[in-house]
Amino acid sequence: MEISTWTYILVGLSFALYIGIAIWSRAGTTKDFYVAGGGVSPLANGMATAADWMSAASFISMAGLISFMGYDGSIYLMGWTGGYVLLALLLAPYLRKFGKFTVPDFIGDRYYSNVARTVAVVCALFISFTYVAGQMRGVGVVFSRFLEVPINTGVIIGMAIVFFYAVLGGMKGITYTQVAQFCVLIFAFMVPAFFISIQMTDTILPQLGFGAQTSDGVYLLDKLDGLHKELGFAEYTTGTKSKLDIFFITAALMVGTAGLPHVIVRFFTVPKVSDARKSAGYALAFIAILFTTAPAVSAFARTNLIETVSNRAYSELPKWFSNWEKTGLIGFEDKNGDGLVQYVADPKVNELTIDRDIMVLANPEIANLPNWVIALVAAGGLAAALSTAAGLLLVISSSVSHDLLKKQFMPNMTDKKELLAARLSAFVAVCVAGYFGINPPGFVASVVSLAFGLAAASFFPAIILGIFHKRMNKEGAISGMVTGLLITMYYIVRFRLHWIGDEAMSQEANWWFGISPEGFGTVGMLVNFAVSIIISRFTPPPPEAIQEMVEDIRIPSGAGEASGH
Amino acid sequence: MTPKNFDKTAYWRKNLKYLAILLSIWFLVSYVFGIILVDQLNTIRMGGFKLGFWFAQQGSIYVFVILIFVYVRLMNKLDKEFNVNED
Repeated sequence: MEISTWTYILVGLSFALYIGIAIWSRAGTTKDFYVAGGGVSPLANGMATAADWMSAASFISMAGLISFMGYDGSIYLMGWTGGYVLLALLLAPYLRKFGKFTVPDFIGDRYYSNVARTVAVVCALFISFTYVAGQMRGVGVVFSRFLEVPINTGVIIGMAIVFFYAVLGGMKGITYTQVAQFCVLIFAFMVPAFFISIQMTDTILPQLGFGAQTSDGVYLLDKLDGLHKELGFAEYTTGTKSKLDIFFITAALMVGTAGLPHVIVRFFTVPKVSDARKSAGYALAFIAILFTTAPAVSAFARTNLIETVSNRAYSELPKWFSNWEKTGLIGFEDKNGDGLVQYVADPKVNELTIDRDIMVLANPEIANLPNWVIALVAAGGLAAALSTAAGLLLVISSSVSHDLLKKQFMPNMTDKKELLAARLSAFVAVCVAGYFGINPPGFVASVVSLAFGLAAASFFPAIILGIFHKRMNKEGAISGMVTGLLITMYYIVRFRLHWIGDEAMSQEANWWFGISPEGFGTVGMLVNFAVSIIISRFTPPPPEAIQEMVEDIRIPSGAGEASGH
Repeated sequence: MTPKNFDKTAYWRKNLKYLAILLSIWFLVSYVFGIILVDQLNTIRMGGFKLGFWFAQQGSIYVFVILIFVYVRLMNKLDKEFNVNED
């Protein structure tokens, strides 16, 4: 069968599954809508969290990025997994015991202040919108490449599907579709990885094949280092970024992960505190399957690519090359007119341009895998993008209907009305996300780093101090969040987006201490901690009742289910 | 509900001790082995891997998973010991 036939079948089947689950798990109350009724098993929650977390970026782009970055790509691998240790040990059990619906709920109650709640809502909305635009775009891109529909049509199909189960089912619908999406995406990622690992190293597990010998008896990574040296690239296993920068970026991604509202809110859906701990463990275990496979795929794909194209005659390149050339993701320009592909580090001599995303999407074709495997990758990419988009849309809608409307403007709203408001805001959020997917702001790629930086610099310190520092008061927390946020925003807007400041003075050479904008969230976090603690020393301690509440969330017993009151 | 003779200071102190130990290991395998000492560790080989590179792209992630499950076990035991578990 043709690739496109297979793709229609697999994508169609997976979509039918998601819609079926959505109908089966409709939300009847706000509690269903916000926290899936609070009765999700830790294992199911772990899978849902994993799907929520692994986005189009982790599924499609990450392995490709790593294969071009080599060792430097470790920032994503450690950064996007290590945050779960922080989540499990420092946040999830306590927030679960606190027992409310949203992150702004915690900030607002713990710091007995609607100002704090509003700051938290603004952060949550900003982070989630930034992030969701990228997901909808990802949906459009997968559709357009595999089914040859225009990107915009793809975005609209994606919107319709997400609309259906997010608006109908709320968190309940999202949770169970995410469980299905996790299974689809992990299967789709692993099958080609197994195939390629066997092909290249005769080892079934890619994690082991990564360190195994290739058919000529040389270790894969040594071979890759050798190829890199030959072509003038930096050694694959060493990388080029400074240690300090790697340290700060990794920390910003870890802390940002632990501060992302759509991830935190997943731990409100389990019945008990011990379940929150356990489900964080399951979530990371499921995430680790993909994250330990991805670097292996990167190394396989990189070796494969260099060996297939480097110094080969353009006219004799395999068919996948011309297939992907049509999409503009790979390009060849015969600069010296010898008809051979020169792929080298020196940009003056190099004749090959490759988009990073191609490494996962085209990898099965490069490795000559059967058509159904190629189609599977499309279904997996869609599952990854849709599951993350849905989780983010839920945060947006609950921030509006619960944290803004119910908590601030219309406290007397009935549960039924609040549910309607939640559905309406989910609907609006889907439309806005779709709009951004069709007309992506030019800075989407760089604003994702902004989302992580902001989460690290705002939520993480406020929550940690709220749990572990009883004396922390609203003055400290609010000034900490605002300073952390502003300084991080300033740095990224100046040094990444170049919207403010003298452009000539905002280049890499001017970075503070050589820290890149991606890593600056770590500095923002430290500033937040310092400001919070200093200000709280000079202002009155929190009321007695709040201090008791802090004591109470530290003890697991008597958690009950999450509730809005 | 919380038992009457529950010593919350002792419970909390023990919890913090676990956190300190587990987070030190978390820091060690990622930031120390995977970043700060990566060049030194890269002189040691483990099959086809340089050790520092392996920690940065594989080992740290395995340790993260193990850390969370160790934490789950320790805390379940602690909750039982202090009689604040939820069952």
